Amino acid sequence: MKHTPRKATLHVNQNEGLIFEKSSAGKAAWKLPPLDVPEVDAAKLLGASERNDLGNMPEVSEIEIIRHFTRLSTWNYAIDLGMYPLGSCTMKYNPRVNESVARVEGLANGHPYQPEKISQGALQILKTLSECLIDITGMDAITLQPAAGAHGEMTGLLMVRAYHHAQGRPRKKILIPDSAHGTNPATAAMVDYAVENLKSDSRGMVDIAALEAQMNEDVAALMLTNPNTLGVFEQQIHKIADILHAKGGLLYMDGANMNALVGKVRPGDFGVDVMHLNLHKTFSTPHGGGGPGSGPVAIKKKLEPFLPTPVLTAKSDGTLGFEYNRPQSVGRVRAFYGNFGMFVRALAYIQANGPDGLRQTTEDAVLNANYIRKGLEGTYDLPYSTPTMHEVVFSDKLQAKKGVRTMDIAKRLIDYGFHPYTTAFPLIVPGALMIEPTESESKEEMDLFVEAMKAIADEVQEDPQTVLDAPHSTRVSRLDETAAARKPVLRWKPVV
Amino acid sequence: MRYLPKSPADREAMLKAIGLRTVDELFAPIPAEYRLNRDLKVPRQMAESEIVDYFRQRSRENGEGYTSFLGAGAYAHYRPVIIDSLISRGEFLTAYTPYQAEISQGTLQSIFEFQTMICELTAMEVANASMYDGSTAAAEAVMMAVRLTGRRSVIVARSLHPEYREVLATYATHQGMPLSVSGFGDDGRVNLKELEKSITPETACVLIQSPNFFGTIEDVAAIAEIAHKNGAMLVVSIAEAVSLGIVEPPREADVIAMEAQSFGVPLGFGGPYCGVIATREKYVRQMPGRLVGQTVDKQGRRGFVLTLATREQHIRREKATSNICTNQALVALMVNIFMTVYGKIGLKELAKQNLAKTAYAAGEFAKQGKLLFAGAPRFNEFVVQTKEDPQAINDRLLEHKIVGGLPLKKFYPELGNAALWCCTELTTRTGIDSAVKSAAEREGSLRSAKEESVEEVAR
Repeated sequence: MKHTPRKATLHVNQNEGLIFEKSSAGKAAWKLPPLDVPEVDAAKLLGASERNDLGNMPEVSEIEIIRHFTRLSTWNYAIDLGMYPLGSCTMKYNPRVNESVARVEGLANGHPYQPEKISQGALQILKTLSECLIDITGMDAITLQPAAGAHGEMTGLLMVRAYHHAQGRPRKKILIPDSAHGTNPATAAMVDYAVENLKSDSRGMVDIAALEAQMNEDVAALMLTNPNTLGVFEQQIHKIADILHAKGGLLYMDGANMNALVGKVRPGDFGVDVMHLNLHKTFSTPHGGGGPGSGPVAIKKKLEPFLPTPVLTAKSDGTLGFEYNRPQSVGRVRAFYGNFGMFVRALAYIQANGPDGLRQTTEDAVLNANYIRKGLEGTYDLPYSTPTMHEVVFSDKLQAKKGVRTMDIAKRLIDYGFHPYTTAFPLIVPGALMIEPTESESKEEMDLFVEAMKAIADEVQEDPQTVLDAPHSTRVSRLDETAAARKPVLRWKPVV
Repeated sequence: MRYLPKSPADREAMLKAIGLRTVDELFAPIPAEYRLNRDLKVPRQMAESEIVDYFRQRSRENGEGYTSFLGAGAYAHYRPVIIDSLISRGEFLTAYTPYQAEISQGTLQSIFEFQTMICELTAMEVANASMYDGSTAAAEAVMMAVRLTGRRSVIVARSLHPEYREVLATYATHQGMPLSVSGFGDDGRVNLKELEKSITPETACVLIQSPNFFGTIEDVAAIAEIAHKNGAMLVVSIAEAVSLGIVEPPREADVIAMEAQSFGVPLGFGGPYCGVIATREKYVRQMPGRLVGQTVDKQGRRGFVLTLATREQHIRREKATSNICTNQALVALMVNIFMTVYGKIGLKELAKQNLAKTAYAAGEFAKQGKLLFAGAPRFNEFVVQTKEDPQAINDRLLEHKIVGGLPLKKFYPELGNAALWCCTELTTRTGIDSAVKSAAEREGSLRSAKEESVEEVAR
């Protein structure tokens, strides 16, 4: 190998089977205290509903469980190990104080139905976080209830529908740019809106002429990601808002890329009517291998009557409580009040930053993305030369000539010690390499990344097979996804 | 700012490399009139010690140190210490969704084990990697049944968690899914005669909860028979997962929508929790959410991948089975570790202790007041009817640092002065005794209800 990865070196890691394969009767990792009430006869209490057998549930000891999950954990890449340049996913540092304060007794053990008078601490957290997010977005009101970004989209579109319904005309469709996340059209379908695609112009922005042609009184809203998935700020954003508003439509903003804007510009100021945030992106709550997320939805005043119930409110005695009687509400989108544990973490993040820290964070995120763009320009094809904010999208056009595609380059990046960037998205860039470093990367880490990407580009020219066969350094090589889907094995079964 | 790894010199060097002089130039694409020229109105930058103090103070204002008898979809069970030790490993905590399988085998294998254990406990053939919570899982399970049957109307048991019913109503509004509610009988369970009458050839599914909102265990087989006879599916919601240790799983169900919070997830004022959907293998392609499958690599070694993605939004866009993307992976890991710790024997013993505590508490309350739905088997929860308004009883209990049962007037006005009480293995006999004593403090507040034999439950 001509290029030696500077960031990573192979080392031994432990093999580990499935937990069921370690199980044997009589081992246990639990111990219950003695009962302080009389024992009961389950058969008598439950009758035919009594269960006698728990099938193949495992029986293992505590040390085995610790080793099992610790070994599994070492097979994962993580932000804690290094740069995670997944575009549009905003994989930033997850501060540990967040985890610590989320576990403080009264917050971790608070029951959602405990009386409001002994819930003032939790309610105060909801209130303070709401106020912060409202100022950050420049909106008028917010609901913290949605469990994730896509759930926020659904909540937002439900409010859009309720708003139009109250205007006497529910409308029929949602305009969605061809560069949008898949959740946008999927959400529109869940709220029974037809989806109409809106094409991008040559600079990667909304095609204003197309928007003008497609906008009419059947359009309920435009779902726009800004900066869009190319990392490009929609410079004509106010014109876009005006076109929609002139025909009574609403501007929905997907806040997935809010990390490019916090403290610098506010969606509420450039014409957005409703938007969701992803606390697990912009506000540092951990992704945890795919969740939990949290997707608050911020809105302009005119949408306030339609907020999901319950709504946090200050009572006449100065205490906080929930208001349930909201006749125009879209209803409840989940049980209880939302992913409260994520609210605690997001607020701790905001407190650790303050206004100056949040602004610096945004500036660093944009600086980092542009530094990488500069570093890789020329080596990889840049399909849109428009200035970018917090992420940059290259294509595999130059490498494809040698038969190497974006996924191959991504897999080779693993051997260099990095998590891959986002591949093959947005759809408007064939063979996309979508890179978002976030503010959490040092100059050294990014220099290593650029060096790795350049080395791979060299390899593509000199020895494409090495790239095509990558990764070479992982526990398993590329997995057979076709077989997995054709004959799904979705659970372990004992060998008979 | 302590989370940012750059010195001023680094920033200078980077700007220079890009060919810019100031950071402001990076923001030039944003029209000047929209740029924010003031500080955000958020708290000033705080030291870590100040942040910890702030949340400790909020915690003290949040029911710290109270004994609680609340359940109703959120249950206080003991959480083994190793759950937090393990989920705090950065490789789990700070990893993304495992799309890049070669460097995500830890997360993928653990989800595969989670799916397996959920199948074992629910007696279903497949389970997904998680949903947001029990309420949205129930709504998505119903939508799945609508797709599978090609029918649109849905019957919902009134004994299903009232907030789950509200969520389903929200989801159903724009799906053209008419909902009707089926009442409960004197034993707190689905009234089979009423169900039989309301089911039609248009019914896609019947959605029930077992143990239901009152803690009583439904006659799942009888309900399934009615549903299946009419070509409808049976969707069963399980909100108290620990019940699966001692209560027969709803084997006759077609889809199970679960809330797994009881398995090691903190109450956390209502979330994040862990929904999950389990079903028969033949229905898997209509399932929402992520699925992990086993496969092999080029050398034939066992490995795991996210699979059947053609159901999902990032591939199918508006034709996906659901818009769900991010789920509850880290919470599912807590659930997974909890299930592994207790396992085959422990879960049963744990559930038995829950049964014993509840039986004792229900017995003590029955001596003083009227226990509703006493005729049906139950798990962890029971409804007590009183003469005195349960709100007044609870106010009195609160002075003793006890949070009483959930007053039901808001959700079930037909039950009069009734409250839903909950016990788990963490409830102590002393706690139960003092709650009963304080509740009965105002002479006759419990007893009278019994003596007057408050009339039968309305539906």
